[in-house]
Amino acid sequence: MDGLQVPLEHVLGLASLLFALGLTGLMVRRNILFVLMSLEVMLNSAALAFVAAGAHWGQPDGQVVFMLVLTVTAAEVSVGLGLVLQIQRRFHTLDIDAATRLRG
Amino acid sequence: MTDLLWLIPALPLASATLLIFGSQWWGPRSVAALGVGSVAAAGVCVLLTILSWQGAPLQQTLWTWIAVGELSAGVSFYIDGLTLVMLSVITGVGFLIHLYSAEFMSGDASYARYFAYLNLFVTAMLTLVMADNLLLLFLGWEGVGACSYLLVGFWHFDAANGAAARKAFVVTRVGDAAMALGLFLLFREFGTLDIQALGSAATAQWEVGDPTAVLATALLLGGAVGKSAQLPLHTWLPDAMAGPTPVSALIHAATMVTAGVYLIARTHELFLLAPPTLAAVAIIGLLTLLLAAFTALCQNDIKRILAWSTISQIGYMFLGLGVGAWSASIFHLMTHAFFKALLFLAAGAIIHCLHHEHDIRKMGGLRSRLPLVFLSFLIGAAALSALPLTSGFFSKDLIVLAAFEAPGIGPWLWAGAVLGAFLTALYSFRLVFVVFFGRADTLPDRQPGPAMAMPLSVLCVFSLAGGWLGIPVASVFPTAAEAHPALWVEAVSIGLPLLGVAMAYVLFLGRQWDASGLVESAPGQTLFRFWHAGWRVDGLYDWLWVKPFVGLTVLLKSEPVDRLYGAVVALCQFCHQQLSRSQSGRLRQYATVMAAGVIVLLGVVWRAAGG
Amino acid sequence: MILGLFYVAAAVALLSTAMALSRTNAAHALIYLIMSLLSVAVIFFIIGAPFAAALEIVIYAGAIMVLFVFVIMMLNLGETGQIREREWLKPRSWILPGIFAAALLAELLILENGLSGTTTGVAVEPKAVGLTLFGPYVLAVELASMLLLAGLVGAYHVGRSFLARDRGVKHQ
Repeated sequence: MDGLQVPLEHVLGLASLLFALGLTGLMVRRNILFVLMSLEVMLNSAALAFVAAGAHWGQPDGQVVFMLVLTVTAAEVSVGLGLVLQIQRRFHTLDIDAATRLRG
Repeated sequence: MTDLLWLIPALPLASATLLIFGSQWWGPRSVAALGVGSVAAAGVCVLLTILSWQGAPLQQTLWTWIAVGELSAGVSFYIDGLTLVMLSVITGVGFLIHLYSAEFMSGDASYARYFAYLNLFVTAMLTLVMADNLLLLFLGWEGVGACSYLLVGFWHFDAANGAAARKAFVVTRVGDAAMALGLFLLFREFGTLDIQALGSAATAQWEVGDPTAVLATALLLGGAVGKSAQLPLHTWLPDAMAGPTPVSALIHAATMVTAGVYLIARTHELFLLAPPTLAAVAIIGLLTLLLAAFTALCQNDIKRILAWSTISQIGYMFLGLGVGAWSASIFHLMTHAFFKALLFLAAGAIIHCLHHEHDIRKMGGLRSRLPLVFLSFLIGAAALSALPLTSGFFSKDLIVLAAFEAPGIGPWLWAGAVLGAFLTALYSFRLVFVVFFGRADTLPDRQPGPAMAMPLSVLCVFSLAGGWLGIPVASVFPTAAEAHPALWVEAVSIGLPLLGVAMAYVLFLGRQWDASGLVESAPGQTLFRFWHAGWRVDGLYDWLWVKPFVGLTVLLKSEPVDRLYGAVVALCQFCHQQLSRSQSGRLRQYATVMAAGVIVLLGVVWRAAGG
Repeated sequence: MILGLFYVAAAVALLSTAMALSRTNAAHALIYLIMSLLSVAVIFFIIGAPFAAALEIVIYAGAIMVLFVFVIMMLNLGETGQIREREWLKPRSWILPGIFAAALLAELLILENGLSGTTTGVAVEPKAVGLTLFGPYVLAVELASMLLLAGLVGAYHVGRSFLARDRGVKHQ
């Protein structure tokens, strides 16, 4: 891809759009699986922003942070999916609004 | 003879202690023997002291009571002519009243308690008059107050008696607080409370009319006014008649209430440096004697009449002190102790023989049925009215004439005093005529026994002849110029009491002039009720102090300050409830709120970045 | 020409993400999501991060999404799940989140507005990434390994009783 110069503004705009979409999904969906997917989208958009910044400066740091985000995502998904199984077992539904035992 | 001095207060104290701690071991006979005997023994000690007295003041220090920093007060006695007069009155009249009580109180369930209190009172009173420093005097002063409280409320099963006792205690407390402040002031000024040292130091340090002197003496006067039931702290004395009649005779006529007079006489060197206070003493005395005389005229309870007359007579003593007739005042104190004790004891005999009847309208015709009591009462009333040749005549005449000689307002003081004397004669003989003459409504069921008759007889003699006794106070007080007023002044002074007697005869016995129409009329009734209620001073105090205080306590009972903090608590709880409602446990809601927070935060960043 | 490829990939990413998050069937949504990730991988490649692109495909689309697939299979939601999803996704429930997301997006775009830079056009090689990762960022690598260990333990603990129940062993 030598010589291809993508405007940074457009890449970051794409990241922002993805983030907004993920946020909408997080706020709208009641199914906990979709909530996790929304989180994935949001993390991915953040990673995109990092990589884009790294590409702007021609430095590897953006990709390093992308790998760290990847690690966080992996850990989060593994625990999150475990929680999905627990919720299904205890409440017999995937409705996240059913798990309100922390109500004040 | 100083060896015997300590025995004078110690004997009644020992008796009181024995009676308090050993009351269950003694029968009534031994209780009476102990109670009466101890005062008699103290009286003998006083008599021996008088007989061996050389004219010089005696002093005796038993031990150092308090020594803190500069303050050093000893349990030490100072005996001069004034003290001897007081000692004689206290032990002499006290002994007679104790003797009388032995019969009057017989059959009472708390016979031993009565004599214990009475002995304790005598101890405190003796301490008061013998003290050589004001702190020990104050100890006796508070001691007599406490005993007065205990004895007024002696029959404490009746709540009204307890209320009267409380009133007596609390009202005198007002004066005592003033007196304590006066003592603090004197100590601050001179560093000592020794009476003789104070006198000389004050004379050396203060000019006549020094403001500090006026303040200090005014505070002492406050104490005297409270204890001696003078305006404006006189309201407790009529209610104090709730106690047994001998108690009224001893404490509320002969001894304790004259403590104020004694205090002023004892500290006269200070008062001489404060002419404004001295004038206040005279004016308080005059107002009190007139107010009390009018009130006494409208009472129907035999003991209350005598109580108001006591207030009135102490007013004469204050008047005498105020115009500088020191020895005349002390003389009147002594004669008043005789005839007022006699009157109270005679009234007690009537009450005793008439089933505790107090209302004079239900009495009558007792002249022939209780002849000794009649004679006693007649002599007492004559002395009280200052009829010529009785003891009261000599002492009161001295005061009245001295008042006339006083510079400035003298004639006005004199006019008030003789008007008071006229009223005194009027209400005294109203009492005599209503109780002992006329129709017999209630019949006595017994006669006073020897233990009651003997004190009456002795006091009759003293009331008649007490005026011829000399009192050895010339060395104590500055010599006053002999009063030589015009003849008409003397004539009016002597004549008005006689006129009062005559008027009482016309109104209440001969009934040549029926004043009932005048009394029944609307203004007459209003005036009568006003005077009957003691010029409504009680109501005024109730309105001025008691009601606001009770209102305040009711207000404070509901804890208004706590409500403020309660409001803070309620606010916190309200906020807590509202905030915990936001804690719904719904994850999506939290996410939404976080999104809103991020929006706001980004907005702030944008503004800060200069967008 | 290749720059046009970027915009195509971006459009595919946006569209597939939107589809993924609005599906009622979880399996379908997952396929859309994988598609979104793959297009982001293409974008990574275009802007000069081939190593990141590879990782995006291998770990994101490969490993993590497979985890989702496993879970969906274990849950076995079926037709009733879809009906319930449709009940939950009423049009009304989109209003407030939509407003919030739009507001946030607007703010982000405003803040990004006026950035004039471009990517360098030169790929950062995996070797450079590896050197940086184990050079200045070695501590972050250690932390990441700790995090992964914690995730491993947490996932095992949370999922254990579910697995145990399936084996017929009573735990609690």
